[in-house]
Formats: sequence, structure tokens, C-alpha cells
Amino acid sequence: MKSVTEQRLLVTGNEAAAIGVKLSNVRFISAYPITPQTTIVEKLAEMVSKGELKSRYVEVESEHSAMAAVYTAALAGSRSYTATSSHGLLYMHEMLHWTAGMRVPLVTSVVNRAIGPPWNVWADQSDSMNQKDTGWLQVYCESNQETLDTIIAGYKIAENRDVMLPLMSMEDAFVLSHTSEPVTVPNQSMVDEFLPEYKPEFVVDVNNPRGYGSYATPEGPFMELKYDMVSSMERAKSVIRDTLREYSDTFGREYSGLTENYMMDDADYAFITSGTLASTAKYVVNKLRKEGKKVGLIRIKFFRPFPQEEIREALKHVNAAGVIDRSVSFSAGGSLYSDVIASIYRKLDVPVSGFVAGIGGRDVRISDFEHMFSLVQDGTEGMQWIGLKEVD
Amino acid sequence: MPLSIPATELMEPGHTACHGCGATLTMRYVLKALGKNTVMSVPASCWAVIPGELPYRTLDVPMIYTPFAATGASITGIRESLDLQGKQDYNVVGFAGDGGTADIGLQSLSGAMERGHNVFYIMYDNEGYMNTGVQRSASTPAGAYTTTTPVGPMRNYKKQPKKVVADLMIAQGVPYVATATVAYPEDLIRKLKTATEIVGPKFIQILAPCPTGWYFPPEETVEISRLAVKSKMFPLFESIKGKFKLFRPGSPVPVSEYLKKQDRFKHLNEAEIETIQKSVDERWNELVSREKTV
Ligand SMILES: Cc1ncc(C[n+]2csc(CCOP(=O)(O)OP(=O)(O)O)c2C)c(N)n1
Ligand code: SF4
Repeated sequence: MKSVTEQRLLVTGNEAAAIGVKLSNVRFISAYPITPQTTIVEKLAEMVSKGELKSRYVEVESEHSAMAAVYTAALAGSRSYTATSSHGLLYMHEMLHWTAGMRVPLVTSVVNRAIGPPWNVWADQSDSMNQKDTGWLQVYCESNQETLDTIIAGYKIAENRDVMLPLMSMEDAFVLSHTSEPVTVPNQSMVDEFLPEYKPEFVVDVNNPRGYGSYATPEGPFMELKYDMVSSMERAKSVIRDTLREYSDTFGREYSGLTENYMMDDADYAFITSGTLASTAKYVVNKLRKEGKKVGLIRIKFFRPFPQEEIREALKHVNAAGVIDRSVSFSAGGSLYSDVIASIYRKLDVPVSGFVAGIGGRDVRISDFEHMFSLVQDGTEGMQWIGLKEVD
Repeated sequence: MPLSIPATELMEPGHTACHGCGATLTMRYVLKALGKNTVMSVPASCWAVIPGELPYRTLDVPMIYTPFAATGASITGIRESLDLQGKQDYNVVGFAGDGGTADIGLQSLSGAMERGHNVFYIMYDNEGYMNTGVQRSASTPAGAYTTTTPVGPMRNYKKQPKKVVADLMIAQGVPYVATATVAYPEDLIRKLKTATEIVGPKFIQILAPCPTGWYFPPEETVEISRLAVKSKMFPLFESIKGKFKLFRPGSPVPVSEYLKKQDRFKHLNEAEIETIQKSVDERWNELVSREKTV
């Protein structure tokens, strides 16, 4: 059911993220600026100063501190948010493990940007792919609409008692973060109904003193607690599916779950990718279909938890697939590629090609996709770099 | 003088500190001063281990553990979040070692103090990284042996003077800055109570002798911390909104009295002790003149 009072606005991905934060009734925000995340936190600071958003906004001196402040604020009982990118996210790495291990259901926006040297501010998912083993749920958004919706749905997923893990929502630098698109902004009262007030089970209370995160020995519950995180990540899959279905029903979207399949029903070949490369891929799929080539796309929206089941199901009837990583994983193939291969191992006999494309913001053109398609058709194995220039 | 130490005990038996641990006494007095409405944030340090293994806890206040560098930021989050919920009556305390304060945590401490949150930051100063096995910190005094400043034929002991974190805090304009030690618990508790009256950041550096890392018998903790003050190696002062007050020990002793009690200084020769004495005198004179100028 659509709300009559929802608004249609022309906004950048970063503005969409800020609007999502505001609608989610976040009470505590702390962040440190880094291009191309800055316009998110500037927008939030502006909303707070105008009184449109009733939050505390604390300007800290580093990303490590930003994450430290938001996890403690959440433990002390306030819904909290931060945003970062690239080197900022790397600087947070220790804290990312800590917040997930503390089971604090934060939502954090990450604008995917390359890691230096050399300095480069353009789109590249190496920053968040580096964090894949921190215990955070990871969503790679394809549009500004999805960026907004993911924050609201993200809090509901993260705060679910079956999950209680933080969630990272990604936007490709500039392609989403600084590009305007029409976005439907849901109305506040409907969001309030969808996303109840933050009420954690373990909140800091002097009348019920507890310890949060002291040490555990090899015989203590350490291993069990890590196992519980892994189980929660698995349980998160059905929570994600249910929550996105409910979100779609409530706000009139079409989010199907951890992945999005495009023209996969009768596909002989499949592209697999994430983020905005999926938009180009969809265009190319349409083009190749007109040429009589039966190709489809699996967009990996949730990279954590990893959608093994969805990928296996979608690849059941294809002849070959090609995975496109917009990130570098040294010596082990791409991160998406490795996980896709691992999820079909001994279950499906499908050749999978791997591609590294578009890193450091390099354009991935229609002709590049057509080239990748021919390599997939040929069953080319291993990782190929797409769009490399001759260097002497 | 009537005894002013509150009888309330918020530290339970069963902790895992070494015998004679000054850091444990420090926590005990701090909690006596601040009472039960206190939330502690503790980074990696001896105190991350002392309260005991999860899920046990030997302190009757909520404790949030935090990574080594994050104490200042963690109390920022706790304080602001509690204020948002109308819990202004909670004391929020960062309780960190000298390593977590003078070195890795200095950025986040400085940030929190600069923003002016209504928090306490307690630096329990055992003058080294004790939890990892007695390594040097910036707060280790010149001349000390540590496992990363060992004393071989090259006399490779700590050469740099102790970093003056409390002075940095005064320079930053922190409204309440003080030093204290466990040999003077009334003074320690009075300082914390005075600090409670101030809305804003409060920084208190408490010398916490460590028998394990300073190499002295565990029963001498209090005596050694008293000698630290009497020898002026660890001057006690207080700065309230910039007004500086120095506490003069009743019967001062030369630094050699203090140094000879601890095996971390046993390699020092007369000349080296003389150099330390000189620098202690210089610092003391500077502190005395600072008191006069305000
Ligand atoms: C980022 C990081 N680096 C190093 C360590 C290892 N570490 C744990 S405690 C500690 C020393 C703590 O020293 P201090 O703050 O003086 O407290 P103390 O142990 O003396 O009580 C170190 C180096 C760590 N936990 N985290
Ligand atoms: S090493 Fe020192 S500070 Fe640490 S518990 Fe032992 S005595 Fe206390």
C-alpha cells in the first residue's frame, strides 16, 4: 500500500542516505569526513542544526573514534549511525570487528572508493571487500532509491533479535554518491510504524550492572560466541527476505531478497556482479538478448550473508557464468568470484570466468561487457583484467 | 583529621590482579569516590583482565570494554547517549592505563576533552605497558629498565623523560586536571569529589605503582607511592579552570630514596641519579613558579 503523502525528490545517493537516516529516527551520529562520503555527514549536520533531525551529532577526530563513539552510544541505548569510505573504513577495521563482536546493530554507510597509493577517490569496492570477515552484513546498492530504503530496512534487519549484527550499506563513489536520481521518500509515520523504536535487550544500566566484552579463555565461551555470530549471519538470510518483502509491500518497492535476478529464467549465460556495474550489465543483457544471445544477470545485493542458495538456484541451467569484481584481492582471485565458485563447488558443473573491472573508477563500457561475454562463452578460466592499458 | 573515605565497596573479591597492585587500589578508591551511578569504559590494559573472565565481573558497575585506542571516543558515545535519555546523573568514566592514554589513545583522549563532554578520564599510571609484559610507554620515567628498554652494556634504558600528559590536558584547557596517588587516598577521593562538581571533562592521572613491573615487593606499594610524592618524582597538583595548585610534601627526600627501592632503576650509577635529580628539581621549580603566576 502506497502512502499518499510520500514525496518524489531529485537527490544524490548521499542525500538519499541522509534522508534514510533521518527517517530511521537515528538519535546519535558521529563521523569523520572523507571524500566522497562528506556530503552525507554534511547533510546530516545541516538537518541537525536546522532542528529537522533530533539527533546528537558529534564531530570526532578520526574514523576509529567515530566507530568507537557510535557503538558505545548504541550500547548505552540510542540508535546510532556513521558513514565513511576507503581509508576511513580501513582505519575503522579494528572497531568493525569490535562492534560486530559486541553484537551492536549499527547501520553504517560506506561510499566505495579506491585504496591508495596512489590516491584515488573514484569507485572501487576494495575498501568494503576488505571488511568481509568482520561480522558485518553487507549490502551493495544499485540506485539512490535502494540507498535510502536500505538504511531503513537495514536497521530493522540488524536490530532483529535473531540477527543483532551491524549492517554496512554501500554506494559506488560518484556513480551514486554524487549523481542525482528521482527518489521516492516514504512518509515518516509509515516508517515509524515499520521501524519501531530502538530497544536493545542489554542496555547500560547502573541498577543492573554488566560487563560488555571482557576476556574469554580457550575454555570460555569465546568459540561459542563466534559460532553464534556465524549462526546469526545464517539466520539473517530469512530475516532479510522477510523484512525486504514487508518493506516492499509497505512502501511499494520490488526488493526480492539477497540477490536480484535479471532475465535469468531462460538464460544460457550469466553475469554476476554487484553495485552499479549491475546497471550497465542490465543494459548489455538487453542488447545481447536483441542479438539472440540468452544471457541474464545475478546482482549480488547482500554479499554478507553470502547468497549461496540463490546463486546455485539461478545458475542451475546455465552453460557458463562470469563474475565481475570491482575490487582487488591479491593472489586469490576476486572476492565475489571466490565466493561464487565456493558456493557451487561439487554442486553444479558450470564454468565460471572471473573479471577484475572498473577499479580506481575506470569506466566499464558496453564493449567491455561484450568482451567479457565472449570470454564467458568460451569458458575462459581464472581471473582476467578488463580494460587494462598498455604500459611501457 | 576524620577519615573521609566512604565505606561503600563496589569492588568485589575475586579479581585477578597481582599482589600489591596499585592499579587495583586506584579503581577501588575511584569507585568509592564516584559511587554506584558510574559507567566504566576500559581499554586493553591490565584492567581489561583484572575484573575477571566473562561472564564474571568483580565490579558492581556497568563496564564496557573497548579497543586500546578508543577510550576517549567510547566515553563520548556513552555520555551523549545517556544524556539523550535523560540519564545525566550517571558518571561516565574512561579508565585507561598510561600506555592507552599517553600513547595509542592520546588522539581520542584529546578529541574527547576538546569537545567538552561531561566525562571523567582516569589515567592509572603504572609507567609502562604492564599487561603485555612490562614494556616502555611514553609515561615510563627516564632511567627505567623495561623489557623494550633493557640494560645491556650499551645502557639502553629509557632515555626520554616521562611525557607530561596532565600538562597537555591543562594546555588544552581541560577544566579539571589533577594528579593523585594511592598513598594519599583522602586526597585522591577529595579530588574526584571536587571534579564531580565540574560539568565538563575531568582528567585525573593517578600514579599506580606496579610491583610486577617496577620490581619491588608487593607490600611496599603504598610506601613507594608515598616516596614518589616525597621525592617529587610524581608531584601532586590540581588545576581547576586554570587555577593551579601544587601540594608540597611534608618531609621531602632525594630521588635516590625512591629509585633504590625499585629494581627497574638498580643499574643507575651516581651520575645518572644526579641527572635525574636535576631534572626533577627543574620540573619542581617550574611547577612552583607556575603556581605563583596564577
Ligand atoms: C591496537 C593494539 N595494540 C596493541 C595491543 C596490545 N596491548 C594490550 S594491553 C597493552 C599495554 C597496555 O598498557 P597500559 O595502557 O599502560 O596499561 P597496563 O597494561 O599497564 O595496565 C598492549 C600494548 C592491543 N590490545 N591493541
Ligand atoms: S602487572 Fe602491575 S598493574 Fe598489572 S595487575 Fe600486576 S601489579 Fe597490577
